[in-house]
Amino acid sequence: MSETQPAAGGQDDERIKEIGGLRQWLIRPELGGIVGVITVFIFFGILAGDSGMFNPQGILNWSQVSAQFMIIAVGACMLMVAGEFDLSVGSMIGFAGISIAMFGVVWGFPMWIAILITFVICIGIGAINGLIVVRTGLPSFIVTLAFLFILRGFTIFIPQTVESRTIIGGIEDAAEGDWLASIFSADIMQWLFVKFADWGWIETFTRGTREGEPVVTGIPMLIVWALILVVVGHTILTRTRYGNWIFAAGGDAQAARYVGVPVDRVKISMFMVTAFCSTIFACCQVFEFGTAAADRGILKEFEAIIAVVIGGALLTGGYGSVVGAALGAIIFGVVQQGLFFAGVENSLFRVFLGVILLFAVILNTYVRRIITGER
Amino acid sequence: MSDPIVKMVDIKKHFGPVIALNGVSFDVKAGECHCLLGDNGAGKSTFIKTMSGVHKPTSGEIMFEGKTMNFNSPRDAMEAGIATVYQDLAMIPLMSVTRNFWMGREPKKGLFIDFDKANSTTMSEMKKMGINLRSPDQAVGTLSGGERQTVAIARAVYFGAKVLILDEPTSALGVRQTSNVLATVDRVRKAGIGVVFITHNVRHAMAVGDRFTVLNRGQTLGTAARGEITPEELQDLMAGGQEMAQLEGSLGGTV
Repeated sequence: MSETQPAAGGQDDERIKEIGGLRQWLIRPELGGIVGVITVFIFFGILAGDSGMFNPQGILNWSQVSAQFMIIAVGACMLMVAGEFDLSVGSMIGFAGISIAMFGVVWGFPMWIAILITFVICIGIGAINGLIVVRTGLPSFIVTLAFLFILRGFTIFIPQTVESRTIIGGIEDAAEGDWLASIFSADIMQWLFVKFADWGWIETFTRGTREGEPVVTGIPMLIVWALILVVVGHTILTRTRYGNWIFAAGGDAQAARYVGVPVDRVKISMFMVTAFCSTIFACCQVFEFGTAAADRGILKEFEAIIAVVIGGALLTGGYGSVVGAALGAIIFGVVQQGLFFAGVENSLFRVFLGVILLFAVILNTYVRRIITGER
Repeated sequence: MSDPIVKMVDIKKHFGPVIALNGVSFDVKAGECHCLLGDNGAGKSTFIKTMSGVHKPTSGEIMFEGKTMNFNSPRDAMEAGIATVYQDLAMIPLMSVTRNFWMGREPKKGLFIDFDKANSTTMSEMKKMGINLRSPDQAVGTLSGGERQTVAIARAVYFGAKVLILDEPTSALGVRQTSNVLATVDRVRKAGIGVVFITHNVRHAMAVGDRFTVLNRGQTLGTAARGEITPEELQDLMAGGQEMAQLEGSLGGTV
């Protein structure tokens, strides 16, 4: 019988239509993000174009907000591609901030040691999250929900017990001249902005102690961190062997195991990456504000997940893009600040979030069907 | 004929009080397709999982190229050259053909995956198997079930499998896709690889098999070479004898 058969495969092709350019584009995970970014810029260009949203200060304002979302979205995206969630991101941000303040201010460690200890503790907690998920096989949703409460509890309990307060200040003084703290709080390329001011591209202060200085002094490290994380995350995910394993772990863990991918290790490491991103976020926030508060980061886990989903990632794992997540974060930042510039009631931001989340998920589900050929 | 690549002698496997395998002997030689037939619950799955290193036999001996082997994990079996293609877990649908093909063994150029090499090798290996891909970036989800099996087989062959275990590769496929997979099996066999073809479909087995071994209730009922046995006899052996014969009478020999 086998001798009489035509050559295997290939022949089914007559039933597959050529994929048009549009469809090819549709299956790129970043599509929703790109369309969304263009839409919000046009929208606010019209609605708030003359409100100062697009002058240097305005741009700095929404870029910073976007960069904040971006930092946590990168971690959440890589974890989601690996097939897991982390709901403890927000609590981790609060926890990391308080940890830096406790070690660096209350217990008097040098700030750089406080930062390093905090990174070790937080990444360790991320690893514990991952270990529990991998070992028990429980949904990460439940495991990290538990950590959402556990971490928030400790974040309030520790400063409350030691210091009888939940907001710790004095971080600016303690961090003065610290090399590690400065990579989270500095503004870089200040000379360039002085030049810009000289050329009259950006305005200068006309009175007060900073008279003559440009209104935007430089690019905050927050934005630099966000861009570094996006570039590194995207490169790892799309170009390296480890990235392939991340996709595989989220796409079908069992199939990946059969070909020798260390799925458990990959998943645990992605929980650690998420914790790392949360800690970066906390560092930038703490050194910018000069205080740490136990209620920081509330709801951040959901904002990160929404940015990732807007960026085209599937909640079920195995598909997504860091660049897409970054675009999701930009949409977030621009809309949140844009509503403020446009003088719209801020509570509408939540309405917007819900609506755009729904749209994104519906689009993603449709895209998934195109890719896998399901009906 | 040549010596067997893999020889399994009197394999027994007990799961607690349950005797899954009660003395199974089986071997496969280079360039042959040895079909392992059996009805549901006959012990086929347990047996191939023992062969591919997932289970350790309770007693019995596994010889690989004349040497006694002791596989502790699927990885050990894979490194020795025993590759298994599972029916539904072969591929990840959302990932591209290239990414699936190289998964776990991605070629590197410096820090990054060497996509030029990965893509061109994938295309040419798939062509050898008779599948013309539109693009190596195509998601596996767009391929038919038969094509997915073929990608998995091509992958195993490319990475140097000496023995290829196919776990019911045709059971979920349509007629045409089945014939494609059977043609692939034939091609692989001609390349000198020993194929273990697990199925409960006698006609599929007869199409490509050189030898046939029937499992029933955890025991081998014997091995026959091509031409020594008729499809009806095989069918009867699998079903354990007379009930099937009666049924067949009423169904007019169509089963």
